[in-house]
Amino acid sequence: MAKKIPQINASSMADISFLLLIFFLVTTSMDVNQGLARRLPPPIPPDQKIEDTDINKRNLFVVKINWENKLLVQGQELDVRQLRAKAKEFIANPNDDANMPKLVEEDFGAPFGMVKYAKDHVISVQNDADTQYQAYLEVQNELVAAYNELREECAQQYFHKSYNDLDEEWQKKIAKIYPQKISEAEPKNYGGK
Amino acid sequence: MAKIRRNDKREMPALNTSSLPDIIFMLLFFFMSVTSMKEVTYKVQIQNPQATELTKLEKKSLVRYIYVGTPTAEFRKQYGAETRIQLDDAFADAKEIGDYIINERSSMKESDQGLMTVSIKADKETKMGIIADIKQELRRAYALKISYAATQRTSY
Repeated sequence: MAKKIPQINASSMADISFLLLIFFLVTTSMDVNQGLARRLPPPIPPDQKIEDTDINKRNLFVVKINWENKLLVQGQELDVRQLRAKAKEFIANPNDDANMPKLVEEDFGAPFGMVKYAKDHVISVQNDADTQYQAYLEVQNELVAAYNELREECAQQYFHKSYNDLDEEWQKKIAKIYPQKISEAEPKNYGGK
Repeated sequence: MAKIRRNDKREMPALNTSSLPDIIFMLLFFFMSVTSMKEVTYKVQIQNPQATELTKLEKKSLVRYIYVGTPTAEFRKQYGAETRIQLDDAFADAKEIGDYIINERSSMKESDQGLMTVSIKADKETKMGIIADIKQELRRAYALKISYAATQRTSY
């Protein structure tokens, strides 16, 4: 008579896997790594002096943040919530205002055709050493948001699609119409020698 | 003729639990794939600032972190309550960041070296002076791709 193999008792398997599950729950974290992606400018060679590059004044949009986290935008005090609209107006310059950046006309090919855009505009962010990180990040965030909104509007206008759904080729072209130019001032030591 | 037999003793049959381990294993694998191991133990307190235009950091192996904040309670006696920088598992000076980045970069695959991203995880109360120092060091080490860690803001 063939001997019957006894079944392995697997009832503790559940407990073992529960233990493993709880171990993983404790040691891992759920938070996703999100952040505001930025690019730093390459370093300046030490033998080169820091020069104030000559930028036409109308092409420059200056945002200053002081130690009280208050904003001075183009010489005016402004709330951070109004910054996005102001930056958008500056970057797009829809009315070809003489105080806003110079518009350059360039052929972008179909379906854009000739587009007038502010090629040489620069947004300059200057902050104090005592500015809070949150305030600084908020300003950066609003400026990036201004660009993103303009690109989105452009994508909707020409393609009736969201910018993120477009092909890379079109995304690049739209990004060229609204080139992201946020410059951060070289930190200066005002109080030092 | 068939005869329906009736048990006099009616006992509840034992619940079959043989598939329970499989279910738990499925849960386990789910959690293993969606969560991530903690990178380090924090020695500084960090409350993420809030922003809206966030991008997710892809490829964990290409990301290095710099933590900035005030030391946690157990280290406060030793290091004071001033804002400090933490690299990996130790407190560091802003000047050490350059060496750290260069070290980390040389341990990466050559094809990945240009893709390295540095994530700055700083407390929202941090003063910009220390952030500016970090950025200068990163520029000097040619780590130009950075990301300011933040959480999604839901409302003003």
